[in-house]
Amino acid sequence: MSLKALHLIFVTLLTMLSFGCSAWAFQAGSVMGGAAALVGGMFVIVYGVYFLRKLKNISYL
Amino acid sequence: MEIPYTVQNRPDTGVYNAKIGVWLFLASEVMLFGGLFSAYVLLRVGADPGLWPHGWLNVTLGTVNTVILALSAITTLLAWVACKVREFGKFKFFHACTIVLALTFLSIKMYEYHDKWIHYEVALANGKFADGHLVGKSPDFDLAKKTGSITLHGHVVEDRKELMDLRRPEARAAVPEEMTIPSADIQKMENYAPRHNTFTAIYFTLTGLHALHILGGTLVIFYLWGPGSKMWFTDPERFTNRIEVSGLFWHFVDLVWIFLFPVLYLT
Repeated sequence: MSLKALHLIFVTLLTMLSFGCSAWAFQAGSVMGGAAALVGGMFVIVYGVYFLRKLKNISYL
Repeated sequence: MEIPYTVQNRPDTGVYNAKIGVWLFLASEVMLFGGLFSAYVLLRVGADPGLWPHGWLNVTLGTVNTVILALSAITTLLAWVACKVREFGKFKFFHACTIVLALTFLSIKMYEYHDKWIHYEVALANGKFADGHLVGKSPDFDLAKKTGSITLHGHVVEDRKELMDLRRPEARAAVPEEMTIPSADIQKMENYAPRHNTFTAIYFTLTGLHALHILGGTLVIFYLWGPGSKMWFTDPERFTNRIEVSGLFWHFVDLVWIFLFPVLYLT
């Protein structure tokens, strides 16, 4: 498995963590924190798509 | 003698040897951290009701460190991509960024450790508990001889269980103040070091081991950025593979933090 594949796993888990943190912050009563984590999660998704397009010629192995 | 399969893929494994080597190493690392995570789960589910700490760690600092590690994973990937497209200058820049981010992470971690080290729980003679950060000790302070006094920046609670959940509205509302406690009024005092309770023990073990991995990874990345980068001019393919292998380790360390952060800071 190449660095590209592991980076994809990392980005996926980071997205899940961001949305999880957002839910945690909203539940804890921090609207600002929840919104920031939500925006962070969406930014990570945008980055993930950009990264996949940029590295489409590099192998996953 | 030439070392085989440093650049070419080995026919039976399909990858170059260093990649197989690092994946075997990472498999052993998964077992190491997996064992410690299991220990955390068992300690937590086995804790007496109301005696597992909540809100003891600074979520803001933990979040900042998560962002720092995420950025460092991106710069590591970009350094590898720069090598792939033969842009040595960009590689140097991105790996320098990784080193700076790693050192920032470690600095914040040290600050957190220091904060726990000067945080004291003091059992008072009247049965109450004082909890807060140590401001200072009088020159003649000696707990055994009952001389002198200490000054804490914190608050006093009736029951020790009140110190366990700092997310309770009452705990959040408590206003810390500076208080001087004579040694004669102290039954026992202990800082929030690993020996304090099972939470601090597993917290320092997990994050300490992780920080050591960050330190080790930083040293390797620094070597590849500095003296080790000479290989670029003689064997760029092999050097690129070295960058990939170091990046795989760095991503593993970042993945561990993605699990550590919610488990320790948010639960």
